[in-house]
Amino acid sequence: MPDKRTHKSTIQYIGLGLFVLSLLVFTAMLALERYRLTEEDLIATMAPEPGAEGAGTPEAGTTVSAGSSGGASEGSTEEEAPTEDPLARLIYDVQAPAFRRAAVALDLTGQTFGSSFSFQDKVEEVFQAARSSVDESVDGLIAAGELPEGISEWDVRLSEPVYYSDKFAALTATAEIGPVVDNPWLFLGLTIGLGVLGGILYILPKFGPHPGIKHDHIYHSQVTKGLNLGWRGFFLAATILGILLYGIRYMAGDWFWPAVTVGIALLILALVLWYEGSWRNSPARPADPAGLSAYIGILAGTYLIGFYVLLYWTPAHVTPWITMVEPLKTALFGGTASQWFLYGLLYTLVILVMGVRMITKYRHNKYQLLRTGSVMFFQLAFAFLIPEILGALNKPQQDLKNIWPLDYDFFFGWQLEQFQSAGAVGIFMLVWGVVLIIVGVPLMVHLVGKRWYCSWVCGCGGLAETMGDPWRQLSDKSLRAWKFERWIVHGVLLAAILMTALTLYSYFTGAGSLLGFETWKVQKWYGFLIGAGFAGVVGTGFYPLMGNRVWCRFGCPLAAYLGLVQRFQSRFRITTNGGQCISCGNCSTYCEMGIDVRAYAQRGQDIVRASCVGCGVCAAVCPRGVLRLENSSVDAGYRTVPERVIHVSEEEGVSLMG
Amino acid sequence: MHVAIIGNGIAGITCARWLRKLSDDVRITVISAESDYFFSRTALMYVYMGHQRWEDLMPYEPFFWSKNRIDLRRGYVERVDFSGKTLHFDGGDTLRYDKLVLATGSTWNKFGWPGQDLNRVGGMVSAQDLEYLEEVTPAIQHAVIVGGGLIGVELAEMLHSRHIPVTLLVRDASYWRNTLPKEESEMVSRHIRAHGIDVRHDTELEEIVDDGSGAAGAVVTKNGERIDCQYVGLTAGVRPNVGFLRGTSLDIDKGILVDEYLRTSASDVYAIGDCAQLRNPRPGRQPIEAVWYTGRMMGETVAYTLLDRPVAYDPGIWFNSAKFMDIEYQVYGEVPAHGREGLATLYWEHPDGEKAVRINYEEDGGAVRGFNLMGIRYRQEVCEKWIREGANIEEVLQDLGMANFDPEFYAEYEYDIVALFNEQTGSNLKLRRKRGLDAVLRFLHFKTRTPRAISSPDAR
Repeated sequence: MPDKRTHKSTIQYIGLGLFVLSLLVFTAMLALERYRLTEEDLIATMAPEPGAEGAGTPEAGTTVSAGSSGGASEGSTEEEAPTEDPLARLIYDVQAPAFRRAAVALDLTGQTFGSSFSFQDKVEEVFQAARSSVDESVDGLIAAGELPEGISEWDVRLSEPVYYSDKFAALTATAEIGPVVDNPWLFLGLTIGLGVLGGILYILPKFGPHPGIKHDHIYHSQVTKGLNLGWRGFFLAATILGILLYGIRYMAGDWFWPAVTVGIALLILALVLWYEGSWRNSPARPADPAGLSAYIGILAGTYLIGFYVLLYWTPAHVTPWITMVEPLKTALFGGTASQWFLYGLLYTLVILVMGVRMITKYRHNKYQLLRTGSVMFFQLAFAFLIPEILGALNKPQQDLKNIWPLDYDFFFGWQLEQFQSAGAVGIFMLVWGVVLIIVGVPLMVHLVGKRWYCSWVCGCGGLAETMGDPWRQLSDKSLRAWKFERWIVHGVLLAAILMTALTLYSYFTGAGSLLGFETWKVQKWYGFLIGAGFAGVVGTGFYPLMGNRVWCRFGCPLAAYLGLVQRFQSRFRITTNGGQCISCGNCSTYCEMGIDVRAYAQRGQDIVRASCVGCGVCAAVCPRGVLRLENSSVDAGYRTVPERVIHVSEEEGVSLMG
Repeated sequence: MHVAIIGNGIAGITCARWLRKLSDDVRITVISAESDYFFSRTALMYVYMGHQRWEDLMPYEPFFWSKNRIDLRRGYVERVDFSGKTLHFDGGDTLRYDKLVLATGSTWNKFGWPGQDLNRVGGMVSAQDLEYLEEVTPAIQHAVIVGGGLIGVELAEMLHSRHIPVTLLVRDASYWRNTLPKEESEMVSRHIRAHGIDVRHDTELEEIVDDGSGAAGAVVTKNGERIDCQYVGLTAGVRPNVGFLRGTSLDIDKGILVDEYLRTSASDVYAIGDCAQLRNPRPGRQPIEAVWYTGRMMGETVAYTLLDRPVAYDPGIWFNSAKFMDIEYQVYGEVPAHGREGLATLYWEHPDGEKAVRINYEEDGGAVRGFNLMGIRYRQEVCEKWIREGANIEEVLQDLGMANFDPEFYAEYEYDIVALFNEQTGSNLKLRRKRGLDAVLRFLHFKTRTPRAISSPDAR
């Protein structure tokens, strides 16, 4: 029967079924658990008695490092002092009774909560009550002149609850009871295990058909055909507004940096639309699919966005997931699991399974095979295993392939301290990281283009090239999108440089601010907005909505740095094969970076573009053998002039190229 | 000056773009009855298969045309008044021109088969052909395609992507045998069959049978075999789309007759692309070459001539390319299907039967004449330079790596090709150059060449 979809075998349907089942269990398990907190656990987490063992605080750092999905960002920022410290004793003496009283009065410890939400509400209520009570006690101490010498009242008081989200998450973890706590391995098998099995069953039969380009029905599929302008606009507006509004809460009500962000966004909008003339140059090439938008794509994007929001900002609501991977972490590497272990595990497995898919799809293309093998290796070894092993050895969990400014907290004070306190290994990490920035990036990009990193090594790139491959065609190819890209991505690079400059200024001078800008706030906002919001929520959540390289194209400051070197000082170019182009558009359609490759190819012009990540798919999908990724030290200038003539020359008669 | 161009295909559009590049003053109108914007005709198949959207077939963004002051007019020209220099549209409108370029393209051949005008019989040349196929697809349980050429295999691949069983009737003993040499032709036949297409060699269409509703229900072959089908694809070549000009003063044979400056018999009227027929084609070339590349070259050439800077049309060294399901094909220079007296050939085929390289050279003197590539990419510029300069086969073989254009890490078969030549001729050649851009650019003297002056680049 005529049909606008690819046919699947029974095994593939079973695989799909298992995957959907695993996703259902994965989602539903969050609602299975109940929460019952004991007073001891409350105190041990919120106001531990000095010297007490098992305070039970997994030291989940508050920062999320873009491009790193392993445990690399688990910054343990403070070391417990072994000796009794008068401040700690005072805090305990003031805060512990406050929490005890509030918990009893508000009935936190006496009951079982049916969901993490009702539990968190109660925890916050208790926290606020305890906070007032602590404030009263501290006021009393000050009034009575009993605050010991050298101790600031602010060390004893409790601050905004938003700063305690990790402790609240720890409370939730301690309070959790239910089937997941009782059977973590079972749930691990039913979710991640079943999902991997389903994925493999779905993918392996793809080795069957004749090798070659496999793009049938991509624009007929409700998963991959993309969204119309209305839907894309809705998701963009909702995500940006949501992140900014939540950002004000995240900054404890300080709206200065969110407001600055809005101002910059409006400035870029005005620059592109009016100053650069995109308003006049319309209509632009549309990015909408024919007919209705991809509804499964919309669902998938929504799910991914929700996943990232929960994971990054409200880990308290995903404790069953962490509980589930806890025994695996303990068995493999020791220690307790945080949400970052869960994320690193999922991230690595997704790259491995979807990497196999990429291998089935491009098994006729050796460049793609090696490239896919490379991103799978670097994710497994560098982003996941090595940091976990380092953590087990009590060393900083650095992802050694992550480079500043993608690794934006590389120069943060706590990170530098950590390197220096970790002996030779730590110093090596520091030197290695700096050498990569100063020598590694320019040299490698000069030799082979930014692809060595973006599509062979990087974790973000690895996910985009494997899990994101089904959506690569959704990138916007209009000139307008390119203009937005240049302003935004270089804007982020500038922001990363300024933020890091302020960080280093504070580190070396000890000053907490410069010109009134507080360093910690700038760091916190950058981490929230770019590190988590852009790289994570938008970066991956938008795969099914606007393509798999939204972050890499519009947001990644390292890609911007690599791109500047590639544009101005690199041997890398994509060459076009004489006059063979038929303007079919496959190269542009499947360019994940939204480069209009055809615009160059049909003029016989070699391509040197800052954004090209060198994935090689344009060359792979070209039906006429027109494109080739190449490195040559022979000057690319002549072959990249805006128009190379195909055949006619008044002066010299007719030749292939002017 | 007002130049009107009938046809917004690659020939007409290339002409319009070059007119604007070369002159700021000329007024340009491009008329099309087929589509609002220029699209890549060769890519129609990808829309049907779901590889691309219709918009992706358009090489330029919609604003490109107004920005470059190229007026696009959607309409059908019914009649041309050559003496009054006026176009008459089917709605009654008229348009005056100073110079007229006819770039009306092709339409698919019908050879007078009984039933060729039934419903669910069609070709694959225009946007309307694609729309029609999409419209009738739900009714197709089995399809028959008549004609073993480029469009035939594309149409087979299209229908195959929709899981429709396809029978492909090929007149010759193997696929496209009037163009491809025997080995390559058989390779393609094998490959298409491996994809599940029912290829019938030495089979011709006798008639298309009405299913009783005025639509195709079956075909009968010349051998008397009846094949039930609900769609018949007619892909036995194309012919110039010049029906509306017949019976006028214009000299027309199969196509519109033009001289070497692409001038027709009417003054200030030019014809380019598939619809043009050269009165005196160059040696070894056809009077009508209905391929993308010649259309583009003619469009560029005629733009100079229109602006009174006459340039004779020279199609250069023949080249073409295609893709047969998964096998890419490129040809440079002289590769006759049945060889030629005095032309030696070196044919290497990979054991997997899906890659081949053929190099033709003069038996006498060894000058290289042509390259035929299956499943392997070669650089046009390098091959062309060798052919133009009549490079010796031994030189070419030793430098053959320079021609390789396959992606990085792909196996290089040039060693095997040289070894095959040594074995066949008793020579002892060694491959000097592997694949790589440095040597190529030096070979092509890029450092010493200056870019050609351009009046104004495309809007960016």
